[in-house]
Amino acid sequence: MTTTPEQSWTSPPTETPNRQPIEIGPSSRWSLVDWQELWRFRELLGMLVVRDLKVRYKQTVLGLLWTIIQPVALMTVFTLFLGRYIQPADSQIPYAVFVLTGLVLWQFFARALTEASTSLVVNERVVTKVYFPRVLAPTAVILAGLPDFLIACLILLLFLIGFGVWPGLAILSAPLFVLQTFVAALGVGLWLSALDVNYRDVRYTLSFLTQLWMFASPIVYPAQVVAEKWGVAGTLLYGLNPMSGAIEGFRWAVCGTGSFPITLVIISAIVSALLFITGLYYFQQMQRTLADHL
Amino acid sequence: MTDLALRVEQLSKRYELGTREPYYALRDSITRWVRKPFQKQTTNINAQNPHVWALKDLSFDIPVGEAVGILGHNGAGKSTLLKILSRVTEPTSGKATLFGRVGSLLEVGTGFHPELTGRENIFINGSILGMSQTEIRARFDEIVAFAEIERFLDTPVKRYSSGMYMRLAFSVAAHLQPEILLVDELLAVGDAAFQKKCLNRMGDVSRSGRTVLFVSHQMTAMKNLCERGLYIEQGELAYEGTIDEAINRYLDSSQPIQQINISEREDRRGSGIVRFEELKITGPNGSERIAAGDELTFTFRYSSRDEHPRRLRFLVGIYDPLDTSLFRLDSDKTAELDGTLPPSGTITCRTGKLNLTAGSCYINIAVLAEGQIADHLSHAAEIDIQPADFYQSGRCFERAETLFLLEQKWSHDAH
Repeated sequence: MTTTPEQSWTSPPTETPNRQPIEIGPSSRWSLVDWQELWRFRELLGMLVVRDLKVRYKQTVLGLLWTIIQPVALMTVFTLFLGRYIQPADSQIPYAVFVLTGLVLWQFFARALTEASTSLVVNERVVTKVYFPRVLAPTAVILAGLPDFLIACLILLLFLIGFGVWPGLAILSAPLFVLQTFVAALGVGLWLSALDVNYRDVRYTLSFLTQLWMFASPIVYPAQVVAEKWGVAGTLLYGLNPMSGAIEGFRWAVCGTGSFPITLVIISAIVSALLFITGLYYFQQMQRTLADHL
Repeated sequence: MTDLALRVEQLSKRYELGTREPYYALRDSITRWVRKPFQKQTTNINAQNPHVWALKDLSFDIPVGEAVGILGHNGAGKSTLLKILSRVTEPTSGKATLFGRVGSLLEVGTGFHPELTGRENIFINGSILGMSQTEIRARFDEIVAFAEIERFLDTPVKRYSSGMYMRLAFSVAAHLQPEILLVDELLAVGDAAFQKKCLNRMGDVSRSGRTVLFVSHQMTAMKNLCERGLYIEQGELAYEGTIDEAINRYLDSSQPIQQINISEREDRRGSGIVRFEELKITGPNGSERIAAGDELTFTFRYSSRDEHPRRLRFLVGIYDPLDTSLFRLDSDKTAELDGTLPPSGTITCRTGKLNLTAGSCYINIAVLAEGQIADHLSHAAEIDIQPADFYQSGRCFERAETLFLLEQKWSHDAH
């Protein structure tokens, strides 16, 4: 008998076939995520993230430089044009650092939205041919944005040191606000990606939406402006934007000055959680017949 | 009792006819929703949109280790069945239970990224197909050796030739080790040698004790690979039994010529001075069944805006599924139909023996008026050429071996 490579295919099944049988049927309207299944597919999630990262850096000449150029360029523009008019809530922080802190987190969020919203349609060939929990597609692209974010954070750190702003112990809470941003991005990303399958106008409105959203978030101005102008009601309403709490909280954690924006953070955290849960639910409904729509 | 690998119980799948459209615009949904805000949602699903049942109450059992061929005409529901079993889409009702890991080869090269190297794609594609990283690492060398791409392992696959690409894609899929394997027509890609290689592999698999569900239009391949057959007709199980009987059922019900009512087709090219109204393709004695070696008759009905259309030239192109031009019929080349024709009428063209092996081919038709294209229809009809006893010997070539059949006589001289 010759030993040819094809033998692996013809050898009898090695794994025990008496595994738990897989049942296929119409899922109930209320079924949520199968967490055990997600755990089994964790390797695939990793591979999808790796694929995304590799592809991204192979197709760019400047590669990592982009993640540095973008926030720094925007920071420069905003500082030049708005820095004179807007006084950060805490005057100890230079406007440049103030803006950069917001931009770094915002760009992670905005990129996550853009990439997640098209993640299913872009992967159409895979989605219509092979099964895997579809949630992995938007999750993977958002996770793939984390390295970029971390590099941007290093730049932020350089600027902080350069301007003599020393973060205190509060910086330890920064990852919490990143997590909140991640949850909010995934929530909105799930909504958008599922909508994008049926309604291709999602992608056309998205860049417009993110632009508006950016100015509805405390990036170039402090959230205090809203409180000063519209009082408590204004702040409560403003908190409905999940990014307002996240950015204000993140800025508080990183710059280590000012008072903790507790109202904004709590409302935004609740909204983020709600977006995530409803997004997951809608996505789950969509996933059942996804392949028929693509 | 033998162990079951797969049990399907009253599986049904309904498609709303609207849902296959490319996409809806969000604003349509919003306006619809705004217009009828108080209308209660109907619970009776049948009262809603027009729909089709791609599968209806399908039930069958497949024991462990059996190779089963699924037969049916285009649109009978075979692909839908495989899609449900591989969990790409959900059934509308009913249940399927799979006892073991499922691998589905509905397409090779799923998830390949042109920018990534062969090595990177092996890991990603394997992962998407359901292999663990450990498994892939363990079989990595085999996969590479089988695909014969060692030298190009670190080259982006966009630089691969299509042959190399297919070999790599198939090789990854071939090293999947599921207990239940679902295979779609994918083997009908690539050159003949490659198809043969794939078929051999499938043969090994079906003999190795794995459960295989196989969808193909290649009857000979099915006959060789499978012992049992399911014949599906319009989403319902019409026959379950031996593969030979299933193939017979399938062939008996064949309408080898699938022609769309061409008068309603809008995707035409040309000036429109002359228009095709009807196309009929028949075998000997007007039969609709066309077998290898039959003489064909093409009948066109045409009409013209012009009172006296001049210098009409009719063309028929016969192509194989890979778009290779096989034959051409041209009224100009035979210098017939010269002169002026009436503004409407019927044209007939009779051919010699169609020396093609069994398989499908499709027909493009065109008509030129004074050298200008007046009407052109691609895919006007599809012919499913049935196997025939071309050499009167009970044996014949297959598509995988050759496209054309040549009459031949063998003899020997004693010296």
